[in-house]
Amino acid sequence: MNVIIATDCGSTTTKAILIEKKDGVYRQTFRGEAPTTVEAPFEDVTRGVLNAFAEVEELSGRKILDGEKIITPARGNVGVDIYVSTSSAGGGLQMMVAGAVKTMTAESAQRAALGAGAIVMDVIASNDRRLPHEKIDRIRHLRPDMILLSGGTDGGTVTHVVELAEYISAANPRPRLGMTFQLPVIYAGNKEAREKIKEILNQKTSLHITDNIRPTLERENLFPARQEIQKLFLEHVMAQAPGYKKLMTWTGAPIMPTPGAVGLIMQTIARKNTINVVGVDIGGATTDVFSVYGEIFNRTVSANLGMSYSISNVLAEAGLDNILRWIPFDMDESDLRNRIKNKMIRPTTIPQTLEELKIEQAIAREALRVSFEQHKSLAVGLKGVQRERDISEAFKQEISGDTIVDMLKLDLLVGSGGVLSHAPRRSQAMLMVIDAFLPEGITRIAVDSIFMMPHLGVLSTVNEQAATEVFEKDCLIHLGTCVSLVRNMTGKPGEKCISYIITMPDGKKIEESLPYGELRVLPLDIDRVAEIDVVPAKNFDVGSGKGKPVKAKVSGGSVGIVIDTRGRPITLAKDRASRVKQLRQWAKAIDAYPE
Amino acid sequence: MTHAYTPGLRINERTKVTSRRVLPLLGDVVVKKGDVLKAEDVVARTHLPGKVHAINAVNRLGIQPKDLKEYMLRKEGDSVTKDEIIAETKPFIKMMKTVLLSPITGTIETISAVTGQVFLREPPKPIEVHAYVDGTVIDIMDKEGVVMETTATFIQGIFGVGGETVGELAITVDKPDDILTADRILPAHKEKIIVGGAYIQHDVIDKAKEVGVRGIIVGGLDDEDLRKLLGYDLGVAITGSEEIGITLIITEGFGKIQMALRTFELLKSRSGSKTSINGATQIRAGVVRPEIVIPFDKASKTTESTDEPLGRGMEIGDPIRIIRVPYFGKIGKIKSLPFAPQKIETEATVRTLEVEFPDGFTANVPRTNVEMIET
Repeated sequence: MNVIIATDCGSTTTKAILIEKKDGVYRQTFRGEAPTTVEAPFEDVTRGVLNAFAEVEELSGRKILDGEKIITPARGNVGVDIYVSTSSAGGGLQMMVAGAVKTMTAESAQRAALGAGAIVMDVIASNDRRLPHEKIDRIRHLRPDMILLSGGTDGGTVTHVVELAEYISAANPRPRLGMTFQLPVIYAGNKEAREKIKEILNQKTSLHITDNIRPTLERENLFPARQEIQKLFLEHVMAQAPGYKKLMTWTGAPIMPTPGAVGLIMQTIARKNTINVVGVDIGGATTDVFSVYGEIFNRTVSANLGMSYSISNVLAEAGLDNILRWIPFDMDESDLRNRIKNKMIRPTTIPQTLEELKIEQAIAREALRVSFEQHKSLAVGLKGVQRERDISEAFKQEISGDTIVDMLKLDLLVGSGGVLSHAPRRSQAMLMVIDAFLPEGITRIAVDSIFMMPHLGVLSTVNEQAATEVFEKDCLIHLGTCVSLVRNMTGKPGEKCISYIITMPDGKKIEESLPYGELRVLPLDIDRVAEIDVVPAKNFDVGSGKGKPVKAKVSGGSVGIVIDTRGRPITLAKDRASRVKQLRQWAKAIDAYPE
Repeated sequence: MTHAYTPGLRINERTKVTSRRVLPLLGDVVVKKGDVLKAEDVVARTHLPGKVHAINAVNRLGIQPKDLKEYMLRKEGDSVTKDEIIAETKPFIKMMKTVLLSPITGTIETISAVTGQVFLREPPKPIEVHAYVDGTVIDIMDKEGVVMETTATFIQGIFGVGGETVGELAITVDKPDDILTADRILPAHKEKIIVGGAYIQHDVIDKAKEVGVRGIIVGGLDDEDLRKLLGYDLGVAITGSEEIGITLIITEGFGKIQMALRTFELLKSRSGSKTSINGATQIRAGVVRPEIVIPFDKASKTTESTDEPLGRGMEIGDPIRIIRVPYFGKIGKIKSLPFAPQKIETEATVRTLEVEFPDGFTANVPRTNVEMIET
């Protein structure tokens, strides 16, 4: 396999990348993109794919298409060996999950669905405080692509899960796409209840039975349900979306939901380097957040937070003031509202002026912040596939609900998605990520160079070597390392905050101090590692406790080492003029925009 | 030539418009192929299943689920009326008897021996689908609905709120850059669809509602006024089911934006005609834009333009409209299509095109920030 073409059919654009083996190494060589054509007038996803291919053809000089057929295998400068694709077009995979107890099986079901790359529209549980008719109404009106029903440990309660099946049956729900199709329902609950479930749902739905996701209270088994979800996604949902039947015949591997593919890559990074990773993929319609802490993998999706289709919802959820606080110039509120709506109704447009770029990046900060908040609140002691836990841990999860996303233990923060990957300056991406995620202590930050994590995720299922080589050489761009104060650490601007000594790779020492409320960048190239000794003032903490020094290795990147004393949360001036001045100062410190 | 595809909104002076009129559930189609219908005519009917009510019967009666059927006075499929006794216990002392009353008038759907619940369903609700446009039935989808066809002036808006409505078209302004003010809305506009110019404000929409105007077509409005109209901040652009007493379609965007001259002239030329509009917008994959359909009488005959979208890439000389600042709303012609990506003010390197405006001024614009328009 020497030449690979991969696409990601996003809700807004279809992105194609070409991977070629040169001198024995796989490299990503060209890319092309075109608007996704799931919508009228074309209503055929393959049009956008062909357009993206055409752009790759034009730029690379490689002939990929013979009319509308992909030429395989590759010979010289003609054809490709394999085509793979991911997709989130058509609104992605929209699911509803149901479980007996909200914090136990229903939560497990939610994790199973999210991990498979779905958007969870609602979680129905026996104890969710809604009245039966409200649940039934909700199931009837939501029109998901499929339902995952779980409940009861094996040999445990039958009543609750049968009750949920009765609600589903009474609602007689229909799928989002295809009027005459029966809605797929996956049953992954108490195996003792299977026969009853069949009696109730077999006639009215397309019922699929898989292993219990919670066979015992201490054990979660999400893998079989996730596999079934992805299988049904291809068979039912994709097959109904315009043009996908044709697209499925073109690909050399099953089409994966975009978030599922990105999740695969995130887990690979964490596993290979034995580190804790948080990743984000901010798209046009949705924002996905992934976290890998040790063995625990979590993914959440903020279904209506994105930079084009959902941009207006960022305003609705975050509030106008929260967006305005990041805009580094005076701006009329009404003007901002209109600009956001105009982006919403013409989602494929891009900022042409610097002012417009700054506005979009202000909105992105809020979309990222709110998505991350949502992730932290759902990633509470969540357990990945087949992980054992004892009963006390299970109770602790229910009672405490503490997030497992500890920013101080985070090693690497990876950003992906148009607004981060395509930011004209890498320093803009770095600043957006820091402002939104508020890393604490010492954190390395990277971005996906040109948004190819989904492509590499799906590619890894057929050619792991190619996926890994391209990932290391062309995909991940290290921006540098952020050194910052920890949570709940604020002070007064100008107050003595930290002093540090950085020993550069050539042995040169930089000895400086930085007062509270500032940002400073020290250039350090990609692949270079320096050592930092930070001594915080007695009221400040950079990870070891108030006033206690921290010694660490810091990696370079296209931006460098960013020393951030702006506080956690960042202290922004209350009056508009001072705030604008602050934002400009910080942007200047990191060289975010042209003068 | 780059195979760039740039979607644009459709504006057709005279074209064949087809409209799928589909029931939300399978039902009966009450017209046949070839029927010539008015917009108000019913084409299909069905019944929406009634609301389901669940009663935890065993808790109320103090019995075991497996025994529930023995205590039921009514069985699955039976009709019941509100407050009718549907189950009762059989104690030795009659005074100790507990009864279960039906909370609704409807039918008993399920009696569960596992959970001890009784599900009752309200009677089905009838719903009808109308023809929506004056035209001819050209296809029947068995039990689902019909396809209507009409020869009409067809204009897509960029965004709308409110559902389908039909009324006579009335022009309220003189020029496409005029602002639609309250004094231009007259009692005579009752039950009509009115056309404004560049802009409308919330108080003017209120006045239109008071007068009984059915729909408004205008260039732009402020998001703040949209929020006032809806009563909430619109997060995701999926509209059409709002119950706001009027249908509003904007043709250009948010803010004060002159209605495209061609759109305005076309609407003006059809003033007084029966018009069907739908504000439903869905800006997601499977995009739905609001539409204005103004059917022609069967008698009048001129050549129809094709209904096919422009399926080719951009070429030099093509007329385009810019859809983002700093040239938002301006119309020009493509002067050149540089092959290599160009650096723009944001420092991003993107594919651009050079546009020439009517006054001779030229500018470089990202290709994604333009839409092709028909001549």
